[in-house]
Amino acid sequence: MNSLFLSQLQFAVTTVYHFFFVPLTLGLSVLTAIMETLYVQKGDENYKKMAKFWGKLFLINFAMGVVTGIVQEFQFGMNWSEYSRFVGDIFGAPLAVEALLAFFLESTFLGLWIFGWDRVSKRVHLLAIWLVAIGSNISAFWILAANSFMQNPVGYGLENGRLVMKDFFALLTNQYVWGQFPHVIFSGLVTAAFFIIGISGYHLLRKQNLDFYNRSMKIAVIVGLIGIVGVIIMGDSQSKRLVRVQPMKLAAAEGLLKTENPASLSLFTIIDADAGKQMMHIELPSVLSFLAFNSFDGEVKGILDLQQEYTQKYGAGNYIPNLFMSYWTFRIMVGLGFLMLAILIVLLVYIMRKQSLPSWKWLTVLFPWVISFPYIANSTGWLLTELGRQPWIVYGLMKTSDGVSIVVDGGEVLATLILFTLVYGVLMVADVYLLVKYAKAGPQENDLVVEA
Amino acid sequence: MDLNILWFLLVGVLFVGYFVLEGFDYGVGILLPFLGKNDVQRRVIINTIGPHWDGNEVWLLTGGGAIFAAFSGWYATVFSGFYLPLFLILLGLIFRGVALEFRSKDDNPVWRSSWDWAICVGSFLPALLWGVAFANFVIGVPINAAHQYVGGFWNLLNPYALVGGVISLLGFILHGAVFLSLKTTGSIMESAREIAKKVFPFLLGAMVIFVILSVVLVNFSVLAIVVASLAVIVFLVSGWMVRQNRVGLGFILSAATILLSTAAIFVQLFPRVLVSNLNPAWSLTIYNSSSSQYTLTIMSIVALIFVPIVLAYQIWTYWLFKKRVTEKMKLEY
Repeated sequence: MNSLFLSQLQFAVTTVYHFFFVPLTLGLSVLTAIMETLYVQKGDENYKKMAKFWGKLFLINFAMGVVTGIVQEFQFGMNWSEYSRFVGDIFGAPLAVEALLAFFLESTFLGLWIFGWDRVSKRVHLLAIWLVAIGSNISAFWILAANSFMQNPVGYGLENGRLVMKDFFALLTNQYVWGQFPHVIFSGLVTAAFFIIGISGYHLLRKQNLDFYNRSMKIAVIVGLIGIVGVIIMGDSQSKRLVRVQPMKLAAAEGLLKTENPASLSLFTIIDADAGKQMMHIELPSVLSFLAFNSFDGEVKGILDLQQEYTQKYGAGNYIPNLFMSYWTFRIMVGLGFLMLAILIVLLVYIMRKQSLPSWKWLTVLFPWVISFPYIANSTGWLLTELGRQPWIVYGLMKTSDGVSIVVDGGEVLATLILFTLVYGVLMVADVYLLVKYAKAGPQENDLVVEA
Repeated sequence: MDLNILWFLLVGVLFVGYFVLEGFDYGVGILLPFLGKNDVQRRVIINTIGPHWDGNEVWLLTGGGAIFAAFSGWYATVFSGFYLPLFLILLGLIFRGVALEFRSKDDNPVWRSSWDWAICVGSFLPALLWGVAFANFVIGVPINAAHQYVGGFWNLLNPYALVGGVISLLGFILHGAVFLSLKTTGSIMESAREIAKKVFPFLLGAMVIFVILSVVLVNFSVLAIVVASLAVIVFLVSGWMVRQNRVGLGFILSAATILLSTAAIFVQLFPRVLVSNLNPAWSLTIYNSSSSQYTLTIMSIVALIFVPIVLAYQIWTYWLFKKRVTEKMKLEY
């Protein structure tokens, strides 16, 4: 049985699943910390109630993120041992640093935060949640530094058929990670903001706990706006970077077959790559050049020309990633990004005018579904990042097909893939059940009961 | 001292930290459905490890990360070679972690007892399988000239490894029982102590069998024998202390037993990290499976700064939650 394809599938399933939980952890830790800061500064018990209510939802989500994260660290060695052997000298370091600097910090102080409400002073307790938020967000940097090496290898040498680290600081200053890291941090804030907005809207439209949810909504809209503007700016800088470091990914995301100067931005394209032609397309002239270079002219290379260039450089082979996925994941991600920006602006107007949301029936039913937008955008963003890199596992240095474990056979991967999928399915049901239950129940009075 | 040795030591320290700390978490988890006679008692039991289990688990993540960073050849060979046991460990850790958080967040008795069993089985699997894995490191597994494991799954379940698994399982149960009798009151405390006393002779028996098998099957170094003997002596004293109801001292000695047993394995391995039973020359060592000196240097600087900091704040949180957990307290989990 083909263990390569199954291992890829397993990586996709476990990683996309893991990343359902990560952005909310990143963002909601910060938002909970902001609420608790307001409580400590203003002494207003309402903010304590908010920190406790949103904090409880944070904890349910956090547990899922932690346990699915362990799988990530193990499976590089389990399913991708030849990759690990080839790149371990470089790739292992940020993973170890991530655990030592970030995971210890977030998990130890989260324990203190959960159990310490009545054991430590207000300020120490506040410090604990900030350390959780800092720990989570630092961890994102290290894992993204590792991922960025796969996207854009820097600071390495090749010795005895293995990559070796030559410059640790090149790894940390990789231009790719400084696009990815802020993009992910901001999208974490957006995810948490929409999570709060969706749940607050649900209650506001039903006229429940108006004061509590209005305050929550206000904080979320402000943080969400900061987040979405950051996401869009960093996303734009990503495409400017791609045209230099991974032109094939950009061309695939754009469905750009032939090199163009100036290049047009595709709004809708169906490509037949085998026949080398676009079946159907609608496009905006020169806009792609503008996105890539901030100028209405500039050459953007096309898929077919890049394929030819890479065949000369790396030898015969197919260097074109999955075009359908690259093209549509990009459009879904970007489209949802702007939709979320629009929603946030509308909500901001309502908040500034101190108006309540219109109580249309369809809105009451549909409103909570805004929570799904950042999730879909996060997942499609990663699918584009990882699928657009194919056939490379380390760009230009190792192909994915050479990275898979030799001694693990397809049957074993199939068995674990099926079990992971089943277990993850069951856990998702339990997770969503609890989140919905606590979100609907709203803030509890006994959240404020203090131990005698 | 060269950096390869330093990192071999550090990996040893991280796994000692993991086994000593998560060891009692696993014991507590395994005992949960048997010791907790009703829901409140079960909550008390879970709350004894509540603030700590997640931080304790990071010792494993850091240990795994350290192996990846410092000995990527070891990481690649073991993780792909021990594929199914590691998968079972992962399943255990997944269920257990989620269960600890979810268990008390709903009143339904079926919900709660399901998660209780998830905690129990999810603790049982890693407690058993880490012993199996480490015993295999020592006795040797089929590693070929290309440093690939070629033994398949059943090879890992040889008798020697299984005895190793029984030892880690019983050791963690005992460690957890002693921890519980230190952190609870009343009937839970008393039954935990009873269990510790009952487990003791079985664990001693397993240890004796393991020692005999080791003498016959493995060529133990003198130093490893000394450290292993120390482990057995400390273990005997810890049993004696528990019998005398001096549980605090018993717990410290139980932790020391785990430390010394793990140390004995690392001493026996040195300078190898994974023994090949096909050809000694094919064994993985701290030199032929290591990362470059540059990477080891960078990692050493990071570790020497941050390991003490982590130790300091973890010790502080243990001190903060040093009180016994009672049924009258507000139980978070």
